[in-house]
Amino acid sequence: MFEVFSAEILARIQFAFTVSFHIVFPAFSIGLASFLAVLNAMWLWTRDRTYLTLFDYWRKIFAVAFGMGVVSGIVMSYQFGTNWSVFSDRAGPVIGPLMLYEVLSAFFLEAGFLGIMLFGRKRVGDGLHMFATAMVAFGTLLSATWILSVNSWMQTPAGFSIDEVGRFVPEDWWAIVFNPSFPYRLTHMVLAAFLTTALVVGGVSAWHLLRDASHRASRRSFSMAMWMLICVTPLQIFVGDLHGINTLEYQPAKVMAMEGHFESHPNGAPLILFGIPNQAEGRVDYAIEIPKLSSLILKRDLNAPLAGLDTIPDEDEPPVAIVFFSFRIMVGLGFAMLGLGTWALVARLRGRLYAAPILHRAAVVMSPMGFVAVLAGWVTTEVGRQPFTVYGLMRTSESLAPVAREAVATSLLAFIVVYFFVFGAGIFYILRMMHAAPGSADEERLRDGPIRTAGTTPASQTHTDEMLDPAE
Amino acid sequence: MIGLELSFIWAGIIAFAVLVYVILDGFDLGVGLLFPVTRDEHERDVMMNSVAPVWDGNETWLVLGGGGLFAVFPLAYSVVLPALYMPIVLMLLGLVFRGVAFEYRWRTTRWKRLWDMAFFGGSLVAASCQGIALGALVQGIEVDGRAYGGGWWDWLTPFSVATGLAVTIGYAMLGATWLVMKLDGRIQNHMRRLARLLAAATVLALGGVSLWTPFLNYAYFERWFEWPYAAWSSIVPILVAVAIWRLYVGLRDLHDYTPFIAALSLFVLGFVGIGISFYPNIVPPSLTIVEAAAPDESLWFALVGTLVLIPLILGYTAYAYWVFRGKIDPNEGYH
Repeated sequence: MFEVFSAEILARIQFAFTVSFHIVFPAFSIGLASFLAVLNAMWLWTRDRTYLTLFDYWRKIFAVAFGMGVVSGIVMSYQFGTNWSVFSDRAGPVIGPLMLYEVLSAFFLEAGFLGIMLFGRKRVGDGLHMFATAMVAFGTLLSATWILSVNSWMQTPAGFSIDEVGRFVPEDWWAIVFNPSFPYRLTHMVLAAFLTTALVVGGVSAWHLLRDASHRASRRSFSMAMWMLICVTPLQIFVGDLHGINTLEYQPAKVMAMEGHFESHPNGAPLILFGIPNQAEGRVDYAIEIPKLSSLILKRDLNAPLAGLDTIPDEDEPPVAIVFFSFRIMVGLGFAMLGLGTWALVARLRGRLYAAPILHRAAVVMSPMGFVAVLAGWVTTEVGRQPFTVYGLMRTSESLAPVAREAVATSLLAFIVVYFFVFGAGIFYILRMMHAAPGSADEERLRDGPIRTAGTTPASQTHTDEMLDPAE
Repeated sequence: MIGLELSFIWAGIIAFAVLVYVILDGFDLGVGLLFPVTRDEHERDVMMNSVAPVWDGNETWLVLGGGGLFAVFPLAYSVVLPALYMPIVLMLLGLVFRGVAFEYRWRTTRWKRLWDMAFFGGSLVAASCQGIALGALVQGIEVDGRAYGGGWWDWLTPFSVATGLAVTIGYAMLGATWLVMKLDGRIQNHMRRLARLLAAATVLALGGVSLWTPFLNYAYFERWFEWPYAAWSSIVPILVAVAIWRLYVGLRDLHDYTPFIAALSLFVLGFVGIGISFYPNIVPPSLTIVEAAAPDESLWFALVGTLVLIPLILGYTAYAYWVFRGKIDPNEGYH
């Protein structure tokens, strides 16, 4: 079924497929880990059981999402070698150590303390359990930091030289890690993860409020999520704007594709709200545009000139339509989040936050939109980097491993079948857990799994442990 | 000269990471392999619970092995992975199935059997593919310029099938001795009986593969049978004999901890043996540690943090094991 595709296209589809599946889980678990740390801290501080109920509820959901993130992440760490070995050989000296640091500083931290966070409250006591929970949250943020440094270096490479065999040789690690797009990309992604989680938590809480507006735990979490949304969304829009200006400076072709600017505009470029890019003809069909607004946004000046794709050689242009549409999806959803946050704020000020069924319905509809926005944003930036893997320096076509098309096609098919089956089931289980309200009999009935077993054994076991250990 | 030493330090660190992976995930993959030996729900629950809090940390060492190779031996990484394309992809898919089974099987009654199967099947595929990959590496990988130069089925040979089998049996033995240590009662006795069988099978398989290896490549033969190398390398078989004896005694005298420790030592010694055969290559028969290493700038930058972080990781990993130490009571299970 893949005869029409080259090995390169298949390898690109495979990477896009596996990484898109993967990013969904960290995008959720980064925010959720921090949310859990906050819930646990609030429980210890206030001793209000509502927080503990929420912590136990989201902990189980976190465990499933985190497990899916781990296994889909292991695949990523090997795919650089199986399909993109030439890239690995040449770029490995620069990005490899950053990924090594991600494993050493973040993955181990998360994995080492996850067991204690999930199963160990009774074994280690509240203090250490809080520490473990904080370490898991800190680990997810560290992991984001390193991997976004890697990605940013591929977008805006800095601090290297190229040796006689074509390898990128590190010259200045500070410049490599803190390459020009890194601070913007990192902030943008971490905020996106927090928003994604806030939308999920808000949507799930709203779902339960629709059934029982007096449900205490759901009221608490709905309120927390809506605070998060109204505080973070404006910040995110601001950071996104800065990120765009940074991209204009370092990757102008990407911004041209995002804006749909096929032609240069010497006297102020219009903002195209919608249209259908026609890359072959070099124009946007059916464009609805606002004159000069693009120059105002990108250059802070209505009449500033903006170059178009006509200044870029055809072979260096990214696929415009994908970048153009995915960018609009992301921005549109960003404004929808701002709308929801504002609506909730108004309802709160009028004292009707928990008695607003239409708001709750809107929150339910918006609950998966963080994921859509994250994926759309990544599609924008990754497809916008094409046709390069290391921007301007190494082409995607040069990066491919000497792989047979059949091998890539077979493994792609296997990944598609397995991922849809395995992660489909996982998402189903997560949705089922979300369907039961926190602290309800339904939730209690959901089998608690190893969490409860490990949690209940210790009390009776500390004793036996002491008797066993000296014997060994 | 400094560069030379650096790449050897790194070869040592990567070897250490792979070894830690093999013994840690070895026993938890082994637990997966042993899942079908009981049909009793409670027994399966406690078997899985014995590794639930630690499996994720164990598997992180595999990411370190891959990520570390990418960072400091990018050439080896980009030669080996395309060469072992199929076993690696299959191993990854196997790990996906068994990894999610840890959570999924508690979330459903209807499909619980299915995730139990996934736990076993995923472990089996992952374990045998790791063994096959090892065998394919030992028998040698063809390098052309800076890339893999062989074909798509080069990894599949009688030797790699034999190593696949040996590693699978060995992991099952590790799993059985781990369960002897962690469990009590009927299931512990069951595991002890299995451990005896598996220990005998492992010794046979390990012996077979070890005798086969020197005849694959004269360099290996020289390392093991010719003076003066043999004087040093013969220490390994002597220690292997000691480990086998401890394993035998531990299982015979119903010890809880000794069999597991002895089984671990057997794996460590097997690993050291492979190291002796490989040196100074990282990808036999022709890619050396020095050739495959990243530039010194990369090795230094990576080394500074690694020397701080690995002891720290070992510290809190040990702590996590300590927290979940001791027996898991099969009768307590879950209510």
